[in-house]
Amino acid sequence: MPVFNQSRQTVIRLIFLSVFVILIARLFVLQLLSPQYKLQALDNAVERKTIYPDRGLIFDRNGKPILENTVTHDLMLVPNQLKGIDTLGLCQALGIDSAEFRQRLITAIIRNGRYRPSVFEASLSMDKFVKLQENIYRFEPGFYLQDRPIRSYPYRAAEHLLGYIGEVDSNILRKTNYFYQLGDYMGLTGIERYYENILMGQRGVQYRIKDNKNRLVGNYENGAYDTAAIAGRNLRTFLDIDVQILAEKFLANKLGAIVAIEPKTGGIIAMASGPTYDPNLLTGSERKRNFSWLLSDTAKPLFNRAIKGQYPPGSTIKPAQALVALDEGVITPRYGVGCNGAYYACRRPIKCTEKWTGHAANLRLAIAHSCNSYFSSIYRLALDNRAYRDVDEGYAHWRKYMNSFGLGVRLGIDIPSEDKGLIVDTSYYNKLYNNSWNSCTNVYNGIGQGEMQATPLQMANLMCIIANKGYYYTPHFVDSIDGRSEADSILQPFHVRHEVTHIPDSIYQIVQLGMQDVIENGTGRIARIEGISIAGKTGTAENYGKINGKREKLEDHSWFVCFAPRENPKIAVAVIVENAGFGATWAGPIARMIMEKYLNDTLSEKSKLDSARIAEKEIILPVVKQKRMKLDSIRRVKIALEMGDSSVLHNSIPAAPDAPKLDRNIEKRPNTEPSLPPKKKPDSIRAITMYLRRDDDELTNKLA
Amino acid sequence: MRNNNEISKGIDWTLVLLYLVLSAIGIMSIFAATYRNEDLIPGFLSMKTDYSRQLVYLMISLVLGTFILLTDSKFFTATANLFYFSGLVLLLLVFPFHTEVKGTKSIIRFASFQLQPAELCKIFVNLALAKYLSRIDTDFTRLRSQLIAAAIVLIPAIMSILQSETGLALVYFSFFLVMYREGLPSIVLVVGFSLAVLVIATLLLEPNLLAVLLTAIALLTVYLMRRQVRRDKSLLIGIAAVWFICVGIQRFAVPFFFNNVLKPYQVQRIYATVGRDFPVDPAIMSEEDIRKIEDKKKASSYNVKQSKIAIGSGGFIGKGLLKGTQTRYDFVPEQRTDFIFCTIGEGFGFVGSTILLLLYLVLLFRIIIVAERQRSTFSRCYAYGVAAVLFFHVAINVGMTVGLVPVIGIPLPFLSYGGTALITFTVLLFVLIRLDADRQMVLR
Repeated sequence: MPVFNQSRQTVIRLIFLSVFVILIARLFVLQLLSPQYKLQALDNAVERKTIYPDRGLIFDRNGKPILENTVTHDLMLVPNQLKGIDTLGLCQALGIDSAEFRQRLITAIIRNGRYRPSVFEASLSMDKFVKLQENIYRFEPGFYLQDRPIRSYPYRAAEHLLGYIGEVDSNILRKTNYFYQLGDYMGLTGIERYYENILMGQRGVQYRIKDNKNRLVGNYENGAYDTAAIAGRNLRTFLDIDVQILAEKFLANKLGAIVAIEPKTGGIIAMASGPTYDPNLLTGSERKRNFSWLLSDTAKPLFNRAIKGQYPPGSTIKPAQALVALDEGVITPRYGVGCNGAYYACRRPIKCTEKWTGHAANLRLAIAHSCNSYFSSIYRLALDNRAYRDVDEGYAHWRKYMNSFGLGVRLGIDIPSEDKGLIVDTSYYNKLYNNSWNSCTNVYNGIGQGEMQATPLQMANLMCIIANKGYYYTPHFVDSIDGRSEADSILQPFHVRHEVTHIPDSIYQIVQLGMQDVIENGTGRIARIEGISIAGKTGTAENYGKINGKREKLEDHSWFVCFAPRENPKIAVAVIVENAGFGATWAGPIARMIMEKYLNDTLSEKSKLDSARIAEKEIILPVVKQKRMKLDSIRRVKIALEMGDSSVLHNSIPAAPDAPKLDRNIEKRPNTEPSLPPKKKPDSIRAITMYLRRDDDELTNKLA
Repeated sequence: MRNNNEISKGIDWTLVLLYLVLSAIGIMSIFAATYRNEDLIPGFLSMKTDYSRQLVYLMISLVLGTFILLTDSKFFTATANLFYFSGLVLLLLVFPFHTEVKGTKSIIRFASFQLQPAELCKIFVNLALAKYLSRIDTDFTRLRSQLIAAAIVLIPAIMSILQSETGLALVYFSFFLVMYREGLPSIVLVVGFSLAVLVIATLLLEPNLLAVLLTAIALLTVYLMRRQVRRDKSLLIGIAAVWFICVGIQRFAVPFFFNNVLKPYQVQRIYATVGRDFPVDPAIMSEEDIRKIEDKKKASSYNVKQSKIAIGSGGFIGKGLLKGTQTRYDFVPEQRTDFIFCTIGEGFGFVGSTILLLLYLVLLFRIIIVAERQRSTFSRCYAYGVAAVLFFHVAINVGMTVGLVPVIGIPLPFLSYGGTALITFTVLLFVLIRLDADRQMVLR
């Protein structure tokens, strides 16, 4: 053996050593200098799951839940675990055929892959759910039932004020600085929106470990980083759900609004807007389509007329005019005018309903008989008050009064998107009349016509001011919030007492008595309730609308405002029924029954008859109905064409709680998505790479 | 007691200890990779879990090792050629009788027992090579002997390639280290290494750029050696020839080899390792080939990516036994076999991985020490053979898990799950221990 080769052992050792040095250096780089791998490992294995707390409930004044959470059941499917399942049995339970089954399966795989659960059927009907629940073990683990909490309106009422929740959109995401995440739900309108922070509770986070097939295997670090979800807090409102239901019953097939407020607190007892709709339409899986259906209805059921409807107040404004004149000291309750059927002081005579002399001999009489001459006169007195330099200043003061009564300004009710009505300022007249106008020019303001608009809420609030003899609390729904926290300051503004006049109670008494006379022997006799002293005022508001591009005078709006009992007011009501004619005809009896229901808890026999008659009567302008019919038939034809089924053409649409169910055929509109070509079956490798490595950058960022 | 003393006399306990430690780490790693919260005692006894099975394989290996230690060392020299030829017969038998498992055609299966002759042949080749090199009438300085030695090694290698076991075939090349130790000219290793560099450069660089570079290197060499060249013009021809061969390899041989000899997925893996996309050429490849390449590309890059994430996320001291999310939840494919190193990397971090590698290095150095103290050429050659095979396995396996080497399915010695591999390595090592124990008895 040649000896010199012995030196080669050193070379071999060096080769070994250098390779190991390279490996260790590589490990050094990987393990100590590459922090991204730690994140990627977390990203692989740890899933951040947001735990949604139960949303807070909403109760009425008697503790009845009017907005609560219920659970719907979804049938979930994990495609890769579908083995040896009794497909036929499942199809029977769901009432589908095997072709449909295949189609849904393919859709699920295309959408979510084979390893992730997909919804096979959402919001199972009760009988399907019961059938499946008994037999689900036969279809497991490929199929399982999952609960999904949704909001539910047990009385199918108060939709306009409770509002609804919906998925956040990108706009909200940006605005809230990504406090919400895509797919989160939040209150979009009504109380749901205004009290979102309180109702939503606090979201929890769970970090869970999943394996390479995205199956859950456990909690990360035994839940050390998890936070618990805190349930949303419940709201107690002033609403009386029975009154609310009654109010909505009246307005189901009318355009209009009803607002009832507790004067002592500003708490809203009922608020309805017609036409109504079933709020449950906006909770389930059909939410989006129902919403667009409602949105495009020409009768605008989604439009909350109680806070957004702006109407000329008509005669109902007269008590307020009296208050202005009294507070300014331009009249006393003994002030009277001689009226024999019209007011002639300004160029065009203003007609009056009463003609006999002496019907406006003093304030009380004038209110009781709603004398136009009287209120035109005191309006002008207020504007031409000698204390002011000119009519400009006089009008500005009058406007200030109106604003302090809550007219022409937003009251600040605790639901969003309230409108402020209209009390124009002097610049409007200056511009319109080229700086030459006087108290005659806008004398119509004195009788609630002219350039003046108010919402039903504002009119109800005005009743509160008169009932309270000079003050009001901002109308609001929520009385208290269960539990305590800093967020309760949200109720602070509703505990502020707004003083608006400086008139002694004795003079208020006269205004109130005048209004009581309206009920006892004036225009509002129809609203009389045995044994309860009521103060009220009718209104018949002239209004104009555009029909086919032409300004036309429409049927008068029927107004009625009132409060009761006069001596110790417990409820103030404002009712408007659009285009319904005299205030006494429709709004009056409605207001009476609202008060009756609230104060007596039941309706008298006569009222029961009335209520049935009124609830049945549809008052919608023919032109609105025509438009609606046209629109609906277009939509129906569209759907019929899509489905190839002409039966849709003859079915009705959802509008009111009485007819809340969407047509079944429409509901079962076939999903267009399954028509995608079935994807090629992925082999195992492709499956791993395609479906399992979902890059969840968000998670990485959060954990970093 | 007397008997015992006789057996244990001369045994290198360091090697035995290292063997036991590594095997124990292996069982622990397999446990860490496959334990699924089952009860421990039945888990270890039931034979249903991988770690319990590996434990049984270790027992069998130990029994086998004891038998080997009881065998006369002359037995191995005497039967080396016999084993080699029966090994070749086994390899030939594979062709008609194989069962295809996971794409390999190298396994014969009878009943529940699987035999992979290509794996066993490592031992036989090592014995045969040692036997040939230690023959009195072998003069290893002669080319003829060198060619015969190369043939002994390459015949089973070629058969392995034919059985789609490229990884195992590559292992046989490690025996050239033995030949180097026994006098194979350095130039062979240097040329081999240069070739490897050239091939890698071919993959990495633009063909034209590389050609220019090669030319530049040739011109530079001529310039630096201008005096010698002036004296001896034939040197210029030599340089020109080397340049010509290099460019030829780069422009023609490598593309030819890749397109016609290697399977597309293998080419893809090689490309993936150097971090480049495989240039799919629709003109010469069928649609199915392209699809296969795409799949393999995804699979192997997925494996390496997950393996790197596992090791990289281990950090300095690791996440601890059973705490690794990558290995515990099956993100790393083949993690109990070829990618077992990930378990160590993730669970015990840089410290653990380095300690493991150092253990291997100590083992290798110890084997070299043992080799150099042998009196007989046979024992020395055999020892170097063991060292070379172990080195190759460790380097390629760990290199693969950290993304330095293409994904070649070869196990990590003593750690990877699998009976055949463990038994093969045990036999390799224990034969060496036996030979070493008898080193005094052998006369030159």
